[in-house]
Amino acid sequence: MAPLLELRGVTKTFGSVTALRDVDLEIGAAEAVGLIGDNGAGKSTLVKILSGVYAPTAGALHLDGSPVSFGSPADARRAGVEMIYQDLALCDDLDVAANIFLGRELRRRLGPIRILDRERMAAEAARMISELGLSLVPGRLVGTMSGGERQMVAVARALQFQPRLLLMDEPTAALSAEKIRVLLGLVEELKRRGVSILLISHRFTDILHVCDRIVVVRQGTVVGSLQPHAQPAEQTMARMTELMTGDRVSAA
Amino acid sequence: MSATTRPVSTVSRLRSALRPAEGGVNPGLVAALLILFVLLAVTSPYFLSSTNLLNIGKAVAITGIVAVGETIVIIAGGFDLSVGSTMAAAGMTAAFLLGFGVPLPVAFAASILLGILIGLVNGAIISYARINPLITTLATLAIVRGLAYVVSGGREIVISDPAWLSLGTGAILGIPVMIVIVAVTFLVFGWAMPRTIFGRYAYAIGSSARAARLSGVAVDRWRLAFYVTCGGLASLAGLVLVARTGNAQPSAALGVELDVITAVILGGTSLTGGRGRLAGTLIALLVIGIVNNGLTLLGVPSYWQQVVKGGILLAAVLYDELHRGRRDER
Ligand SMILES: Nc1ncnc2c1ncn2[C@@H]1O[C@H](COP(=O)(O)OP(=O)(O)OP(=O)(O)O)[C@@H](O)[C@H]1O
Ligand SMILES: [Mg+2]
Repeated sequence: MAPLLELRGVTKTFGSVTALRDVDLEIGAAEAVGLIGDNGAGKSTLVKILSGVYAPTAGALHLDGSPVSFGSPADARRAGVEMIYQDLALCDDLDVAANIFLGRELRRRLGPIRILDRERMAAEAARMISELGLSLVPGRLVGTMSGGERQMVAVARALQFQPRLLLMDEPTAALSAEKIRVLLGLVEELKRRGVSILLISHRFTDILHVCDRIVVVRQGTVVGSLQPHAQPAEQTMARMTELMTGDRVSAA
Repeated sequence: MSATTRPVSTVSRLRSALRPAEGGVNPGLVAALLILFVLLAVTSPYFLSSTNLLNIGKAVAITGIVAVGETIVIIAGGFDLSVGSTMAAAGMTAAFLLGFGVPLPVAFAASILLGILIGLVNGAIISYARINPLITTLATLAIVRGLAYVVSGGREIVISDPAWLSLGTGAILGIPVMIVIVAVTFLVFGWAMPRTIFGRYAYAIGSSARAARLSGVAVDRWRLAFYVTCGGLASLAGLVLVARTGNAQPSAALGVELDVITAVILGGTSLTGGRGRLAGTLIALLVIGIVNNGLTLLGVPSYWQQVVKGGILLAAVLYDELHRGRRDER
């Protein structure tokens, strides 16, 4: 079976900066892939290519085995790829429900025009929030919420439309230990439901906890891929550090 | 989450209900309106006469039509300084066409179209060339006003068409047509802003254009729509202004952007976008109208009105700044 989404020979340059060089990566159905690397290694750039923010300078994306090109984040969303951005990308002046449905508002007819179906959006948002076991008020302004709560809004937004692949860029950065447990539990649950995950995190324990495979990038290239369940956690961690920093060079 | 029995929570809930960002209108502004109203009603016997009240309405009607468009543009994180020039150009255009024997509805349509075109130019430069909206619309302010002078040779055109003039002098059931026009404009957009995708995206883009774009909102195209709305409404206001003064002149509505922006900001719309309500703009317009009216009734020289106007704008901007500061410390 073809992987869900695949990068083939992807290079991305910004002017004279090469953020990614000839990257191959595949994400299978219901697979959770961890993406690690030092600051500036190219992780965010890689997921932004998957989410349609950037077009690759060279190389191609394949969805279910056939080539695709995402011209915009909306294209990627339509293909079932959702993204939680490192800075969350929320509108502070909109409430929770409006943020969850931003760009995909539900509407209803009113005579000749179509207006926002605010009641249904609030109700559906509330349903999603309680399904996720979160405590968010759909009518609350996002700008008045704490970092952790905002993170949860971004999660709810990504899950509202049943994605096939969820991309998460440092989703645990702003969270307390307890909220991290909630989030990682959520990831496990999504995996069970068959959603594929790509998780970027600096916290090795998060990655080890939920990922089936770990991909390491250094200076824009993929330098290795690890199976965390193939050896004890300490060994995996040591390998991760080695690959990230390039202390000892060896093929994975 | 929090204990509902704490007395603080009731107070804070009440306070947040009144805060403009959370759907209310600045209570200070409402209080100012009421106080001014009562004060003038007591000090001047003429103030409460229906003629005077309708005069206040007429005095702010034209500014009000433009302020609706400006409110939308500022909520969406933009700015439009070219509204006064657009008003003048729109009035000149319709007057010219009328002079060539073009039927009035066609002349009106052409002049609204001109406003839409100016809005398109503003929006396109701001959206696609990524030029700051202040600079962009300052440039179109000069260009459009200049062209109005060039095309007319600086001459004014006296209007005698009764249908056109009735926009400024007529009344429907005793209510001046101008006031009906501004009321309908406020009602239509006041209804639409919280209920349509147009309004939702104005708030979203003003709040974070980046977040809106990443969510799949066609930010650039929506920006065009907001500037087009503002340009079209400025044209409409320009036509009403001609009807009121009886002539179209290239120098019409000079400096009106000061009045318009004062009303918008005083009404609680955030200078940085994302927050604001048309109801706030409306109340601010009434406050400004009553202040001006009061100064006139009390015999204060008209130069002072200019000083007071500037003072009000400054107060409004200070309020916006303080208010924002408080919210940022979350
Ligand atoms: N829009 C851009 N324009 C120019 N250079 C960029 C841009 N985005 C990323 N880069 C550069 O590309 C490289 C990779 O950046 P990227 O954000 O992908 O790293 P990262 O692995 O996500 O780092 P971090 O862990 O700090 O989030 C960096 O050198 C960065 O400066
Ligand atoms: Mg990053």
